[in-house]
Parts: sequence; structure tokens; C-alpha cells
Amino acid sequence: MVNTTQPTADLSPAPAVKKIQDERLREVSLLTKIMRRPELGALAGLVLVAIFFLSTADASMFTLAGIMNILSPASQLGILAIAAALLMIGGEFDLSIGSMVAFTGLIFGAFITLSGWSLPLAIAATLVVAAVLGGLNGQMVIRTRLPSFIVTLAFLFILRGLSLVGLKWATGGSTQMRGIGDQAGEGIIRELFSGNAFEGVFSWLAAHDVIAKFPNGTPTVTGMPVSIVWFIGFALVATWLLLRTRAGNWIFAAGGDANAARNSGVPVDRVKTALFMLTACAAALVAILTVLDAGSTDARRGFQKEFEAIIAAVIGGCLLTGGYGSAIGAFFGAIIFGMVSIGLTYTRFDSDWFQVFLGAMLLLAVLFNNFIRRKVTGER
Amino acid sequence: MDTEAPLIDIRNLVKHFGSVIALSGVSLTVHRGEVMCLLGDNGAGKSTLIKTLAGVHRPTSGEFLVEGRPVAFASPRDALDAGIATVYQDLAMIPLMSVTRNFFMGREPVKGIWPFRNVDFDHCDEVTREEMHKIGIDVRDPHQAVGTLSGGERQCVAIARAVYFGAKVLILDEPTSALGVAQTSMVLKYIHQVRSKGLGVIFITHNVRHAYAVGDRFTVLNRGKTLGTYEKSQIQIDELQNLMAGGKELQAVSAELGGMV
Repeated sequence: MVNTTQPTADLSPAPAVKKIQDERLREVSLLTKIMRRPELGALAGLVLVAIFFLSTADASMFTLAGIMNILSPASQLGILAIAAALLMIGGEFDLSIGSMVAFTGLIFGAFITLSGWSLPLAIAATLVVAAVLGGLNGQMVIRTRLPSFIVTLAFLFILRGLSLVGLKWATGGSTQMRGIGDQAGEGIIRELFSGNAFEGVFSWLAAHDVIAKFPNGTPTVTGMPVSIVWFIGFALVATWLLLRTRAGNWIFAAGGDANAARNSGVPVDRVKTALFMLTACAAALVAILTVLDAGSTDARRGFQKEFEAIIAAVIGGCLLTGGYGSAIGAFFGAIIFGMVSIGLTYTRFDSDWFQVFLGAMLLLAVLFNNFIRRKVTGER
Repeated sequence: MDTEAPLIDIRNLVKHFGSVIALSGVSLTVHRGEVMCLLGDNGAGKSTLIKTLAGVHRPTSGEFLVEGRPVAFASPRDALDAGIATVYQDLAMIPLMSVTRNFFMGREPVKGIWPFRNVDFDHCDEVTREEMHKIGIDVRDPHQAVGTLSGGERQCVAIARAVYFGAKVLILDEPTSALGVAQTSMVLKYIHQVRSKGLGVIFITHNVRHAYAVGDRFTVLNRGKTLGTYEKSQIQIDELQNLMAGGKELQAVSAELGGMV
């Protein structure tokens, strides 16, 4: 047998007990196992940020109402960030998601107010439009072999411009479309996409004095905004998809090395197209949730969300080069975002520090990710 | 020579890329349990030939028979399904992914009912550990990234993967060219092992010593054509070297440098 012992960085003294195992079989330490998880950085970041606010912010930040305040914007960003993370792991970017939110918001509003369609039909049609646009993005990237960065940058402007033009055209000169909430009607579908969830649970908890309530007995927080439920659900499904399914393995493979994946029989182009479609649909979902919530849509909706989503994904452990990352990391990344953007208002700091924080966090995350990657692959 | 049809039989294979003639009539056969070495200098058409065999390119003309039946592959997947597995020099593995995930990439076994089908990772880990053990690589942990393996180990994992998934023909694209001495002997030894299992191996290299160490027959390519095929008994190592380099110049250089290049 050819002896090809790899020099290992095992500096611990050999255990005195005689082991039957091969001496080259190194015990995988718990630390190594943890270090291998891409979301480690985001989790550590979240803990640090929470500690920071626990010590500087007003105590009301960490009440139930305060936490819902944080999670609400985090959930909208998070749905985008998780989709962006999947796409980044698959080796591509989508800079058009922010504009996609505005554009699909307009489309959705038009279906409701101009076409007078019912809510379920309008939602389904909006998702179809988003999927088609996402597929178009993907096919352009795949066929032209241009970097997705450039192709989707073009779409960033195209879709933003179309949203402005379309809004003015549809409303006769305004950049805001009103009355969507009123015309959407009520019903079970409406409840899935707007308002609060688990109201019964919250009342029950209030009745049993677990959570705060007003003197008349209604809880101060009547329920969990549905966007948070979508956010958590999407994070769980995306994590399962990535870690446990065949599609997940293909996403990692497509982003890790498209050629090697192709040679092994992975349908790389199909995987990437599907990811672009998923990202666009996530943007449409955010558009539907926010438009129904506000009752109106405007051309600035989703502005710069593409950057925030990518930053949240990177904080969550995604490598810019693809092939590595996690959905649950992006989940934590989005919560960090929400916590800082909302949390600063609970402190005596100027809330414009947010931008500074954003840049610093991104830089730290990228450095940390690179360090982790070297650890994982043993690159020197 | 045995009577059964060769695993791979190509006759007069031609491949054009626009006005470039990459292959202008290549013929080659590979039988069960033999290592066929494909030799040729840079630009001889080795890469085009193996990519054609692997289903990446479609031949412009010529015959391509697998076990006696003519085939036309539309994608690498078709070639894989026909039992032709290609192990590329540097494109075989994804460094950031675990050994298990790499091993089963594109052929993940699933269990459960759609859409809740999971990859059976426990089974995958077990198989990976077992297969690695068979070829003498101790995967310290099948979850470790392939990037932590040495170059030779990576090649062996890629070969083991192809064998495990039922390849009849292995195409090895310069598996040793980036490796050190110990690593090379590890890979060569494994190629020998694969041959004794009855697989046909096409071993592409431009290192004549490596080829001569494990090869049964040698086909030399030059400028998109086969110069000839030789049994090991018919040809000496230095003849092979000259043939591959295309003639006298190398001999002159070799003499000048006082040894074999």
C-alpha cells in the first residue's frame, strides 16, 4: 500500500489508551464540526448585536412588541435574502430583485385595480409574471455566458424604469397606486398574505398572563405579522432543500464548479434557471405582502433591497464565488439587519449610523467567510 | 484477441469546429480488462477525442460503437448511462463540497415520496467510507471537504466513484500530470486494480513512463490523426517517446541534454 499520510494539523498529544482505529483517523472535534457550518458567522454576529443592544438600548426593544417591530422589516428583507442566498450558492447574482419588488407590486396592483381580478387570480398571475421574468434573467445569463452581475444590473434599471412608466401610465401621472387593499376583498387568501397570524394563540397567551395585555384584556400584540410566518417557513423549506435534497446538492455543485457538476450529470442550466425564477418569485411574494399591507404601491418599493439582500446573504456565510453558504445564515443575516435598523431608534445613537454599520458588517463578514473557507478546504 | 465486441470501437472519427479540423480520422478500440494509453503532444487532439467519447462533443463523421452498437450521445449524461465515465484532470471534484456529496453528485439516492424526497445521506456516508477504504484512502470523515484531500486522493476518489456507479470504460484525462511521485504511483496502482476488475481504461497522458508502467496498448495521436496502435510487446519506451514527439528533433534535443526528455 502506498502510504500517503496527509500531514494533519493535529497537535494534541496522542491518547494513552490504545485504539484499534487507524492512527490516521483523526477524531473530528466538535469545534471543527461547528466551524464547518457556514451560518456560524451570522449566529455569532447576531449574538454580538443582541448583546450590544441589550446593554445600550431601551428595555422596550426586547419586549414582544419590540421584537415584532424588529422582525417585521427583517422578514421582508429575509425572504429576499434567503432566495438571494440560494442563488449565490448556485453561483449567480440577481441585482434586479429590488426593482422586481416594485415591478411585480405594480403588476399585482394593476391586476387588482385595473383588471378587477380576484385576489387569488391576481396573486397567481403575479407569481407567473415574476417566474417568467426570472426565467428570462436566467436564460440570458446562461446563453450569453455574461456574468449575472451585468445582466441583472441591466434588469435593475429596466424594471425600475418600467415600474415608473407603468405607474404613471396606469394612474394617469402619479407614481403611487392606491386602493389596492380595498379592492382586494376579504377571505382566507387575504389572511394568508396580510394582517396577523396566530391571533387566537396571542389572545390565549394574554388571557393566561404570559404576554402583556391592555386593561380591557386584548393583548398589546394581537398576532404575528404574516410576513414573519412566511419568512420562517421559507427559511425552513430552503434549509431542508439545500441540506437534504437532491436539488440542494445540485445547487451546491452548480455554484462550486459548473463544469465539474455538468460532467457529473448535474443539469446545471436548469438548476440556475430555476434559482433565478425562485428569486423573482420571492421578490413577487414580498411585493404582494407589502402591497396588501400598505394598500398601495409606489415606484420606490424595494429600493436598494438587492444590496441589502446580498449583504444579508453574505453575512449569513455565502461566498461571493458561489458553492458555499446557507439559508439559515441568510435568515440570521436578515434579523441582524432588522435588529440594527430598528434597534438604533431605541438607543441614543443617531440612526444614520445604520449605513456605517452595514458597510462594516459586510466587510467583516467577507473576511470571516474567506477565513472559514480556507479552514474548510484546507487551502493554504 | 477475444471474439466479443470491444467496449469502445471508433473508426475514422472526424470532428470539425467551424473551419478548424480537430480530428481528421481517428480509430481506436478498447477491450475489457485492458489499459489503452492515448498518447500525443499538445494539440494532437486528445482532449477533443475524449470529449467526443464522453458525450460533450458530437462527432462530425465517423463510426462510434459501444459494445458493438452504434451510439450518438447528446450529453455527458448519455455517455455515463452507456457506461463511459470520464475523470477529468482538474474538473472532477468540487473542493468546497464534502467527499460524500462529491461522490454522489448527480446520482444522489433518494427515499420518500415526492415532493418530500430526501437524499439518503446516511447510506451515502457509509458507501463513501467503504469505497474509500477499499482503495486505501482513509477518509477521516466523509463530511470533510474534498479540498482537504491530496491531488492523488482526489483522482482516486473520482475513479472510485466512476467504478462504483458501474462504469465499463474509464477515461482518465491526464490523471497523473499534476501529481508528485508518491501520488502518481498511488493512482497508477489504482488504475492497475481497476483493470483487473475487467474494466476498460483509456489513459490519456503525455508522460510515456506513466503510460508504459500500466498500459497494455498504446495509440499515438498526432495532428488529429492516429499514427498507430502498438502492443506493449511491439514497442520500446523510447520508440514510443519519439513517435509521440513526432520525430527527430526530440532525439537531437535529448542527446544534447544528455538523457531522455
